[in-house]
Amino acid sequence: MELKEAFAGTLESGDIMIQIAPTNQKGLQIELDSSVEYQFGNQIRKVITETLTERGITDAAVKAVDKGALDCTIRARATAAAVRATGVDVWK
Amino acid sequence: MSSIKERADLIKKAAADMGKDTYKNNTSKAGIRRADFKKESPKVVSLEEAIRNCGMKDGMTISFHHHFRGGDKVVNMVVDKLAEMGFKNLSLAASSLQDVHEPLIEHIKNGVITSISTSGMRGKLADAISRGLMEKPVVFRSHGGRGSAIANGDLHIDVAFIGASSSDPLGNALGFSRSENAKSICGSLGYAIPDAQKADKVVVLTDDLVDYPNTPSAISEHQVDYVVVCDSVGDSSKISSGAIRDTKNPRDILLAKEAAKVVINSGYFNDGFSIQTGSGGASLAVVKYIRENMIQQGIKASFALGGITAHMVKLHEEGLIDRLIDVQSFDRAAAESLKKNPNHREVSAIGYASADDPSSATHFLDIVILSALEVDVNFNVNVLVGSDGIIRGAIGGHPDTAADSGISIVVCPLLRGRIPCVVDEVTTLITPGSTVDVVVTEYGIAVNPDRPEIAERLKAAGLNVVDIHALRDRANSVIGKPDPLPFGDKVVGIVMNRDGSVMDVIKNIKA
Repeated sequence: MELKEAFAGTLESGDIMIQIAPTNQKGLQIELDSSVEYQFGNQIRKVITETLTERGITDAAVKAVDKGALDCTIRARATAAAVRATGVDVWK
Repeated sequence: MSSIKERADLIKKAAADMGKDTYKNNTSKAGIRRADFKKESPKVVSLEEAIRNCGMKDGMTISFHHHFRGGDKVVNMVVDKLAEMGFKNLSLAASSLQDVHEPLIEHIKNGVITSISTSGMRGKLADAISRGLMEKPVVFRSHGGRGSAIANGDLHIDVAFIGASSSDPLGNALGFSRSENAKSICGSLGYAIPDAQKADKVVVLTDDLVDYPNTPSAISEHQVDYVVVCDSVGDSSKISSGAIRDTKNPRDILLAKEAAKVVINSGYFNDGFSIQTGSGGASLAVVKYIRENMIQQGIKASFALGGITAHMVKLHEEGLIDRLIDVQSFDRAAAESLKKNPNHREVSAIGYASADDPSSATHFLDIVILSALEVDVNFNVNVLVGSDGIIRGAIGGHPDTAADSGISIVVCPLLRGRIPCVVDEVTTLITPGSTVDVVVTEYGIAVNPDRPEIAERLKAAGLNVVDIHALRDRANSVIGKPDPLPFGDKVVGIVMNRDGSVMDVIKNIKA
């Protein structure tokens, strides 16, 4: 899928900023910086991977800066970033 | 008739019987104007001379107070000097440490500081220690526990270094200055008073040397060996940094209002009551909201204790609180009030919260409002170690006031970001659940089952009293299941109970 660079989210407490960029490598390379890495790092990676895969993004460089976002927030930000990166709206 | 000459033999005999000399009339007087004496004394020396004259040796214990909080300059100044002079293997006994003490990391790596005792620590120093920087574990004590340990000899201090905003050349020292040249102000010196009383040698560092007598003083000249004049002992603008802030956070305001309702309906809100608020936005703000009820119901408080804040000062000046007993001034307004209000007095850490001393002020405390990083379903509280296993707080007077007060009220949100504040078991045990009576969250108020009478009163007032397990379940349902923390096998911290027993240990975080 054709991707352009895009991001969604903020650096506020309780939020997550997710950046998506095209890459030549295969798969999703997720670089995560989280204030709750020890307890929820794996879960955050899992939610990002699931959400992007659902939106058809399988190869991308993903940067995420997390400030303790809940799963619903992570899904929302990942979806928004995916929509912006692919140009394919989910709401229509 | 008897003259002194005739009595000479009797005087000699009386002297011989007492083993004393007889008086030789050789007293002379110095005719110098005494004003000239007031400005100098042999005690006034440089920092290096003070350290040398104290007989400082490798392996000794040095102590510091933290009334300047994030603005403290004394710890770094003194430890830098000790390092420069080549001392090694020193124990640092601070009343607490802050972000500003990050340079200690290098001194630990270089072997200048090899052991630490404190109430807490934050920032990069705390992070490094949590990951195993030191060979010896850091010993954590409450403020009352530290006072007791100094008094009973568990914590022996060789040399105390006390930063003061004014001192005369003899060492009468204060956390404020009455002179026009005042450079700094921190208010109470309460945590430094036991150090001054018990340390073998005491060095006062001041940025405002004033004429004798700088009395009434917090630190008495009789306890002070040397006075060192320096450019600055602390940045007063940073006193209300760290944990202490006036909240604008709407959730904190909601929590404060709920906590105020708990106070008002607790059964302890009667004329002549006494109150303390801990650090943390919500717990500090509670005072604002009980003020109105005090006026409406004609209730006055006999004293407010502890970290004194601008809110407490306001109520004192309005006549709603009779006395302020101040071990630490939490903001500039409190520090200024200590200087000008005669019924606002400082108290030593021992007189504040020592468990051993039945006259310590906490024993007369009705209500305390505290914050928490975590509370568990058994009402145990952690205020020291973050849910990520990294040290990020301070014990303070938390366990002291919770244990001694009539009712202890812990105020905390259910979640901070994705971190739950109501958990199965606290990461580190700081305040035992048997001393914690009420937990206020934005999702309901839990009352310790040991205090059914309080639960009844709160329910009768229409407050949302819930089971603490329901709060934990609610938190878990929102955040999901956290992975276990990657703790190692090294003990990096030891938590002392206020009675001098060991209560818990902190393990290193692997990373």
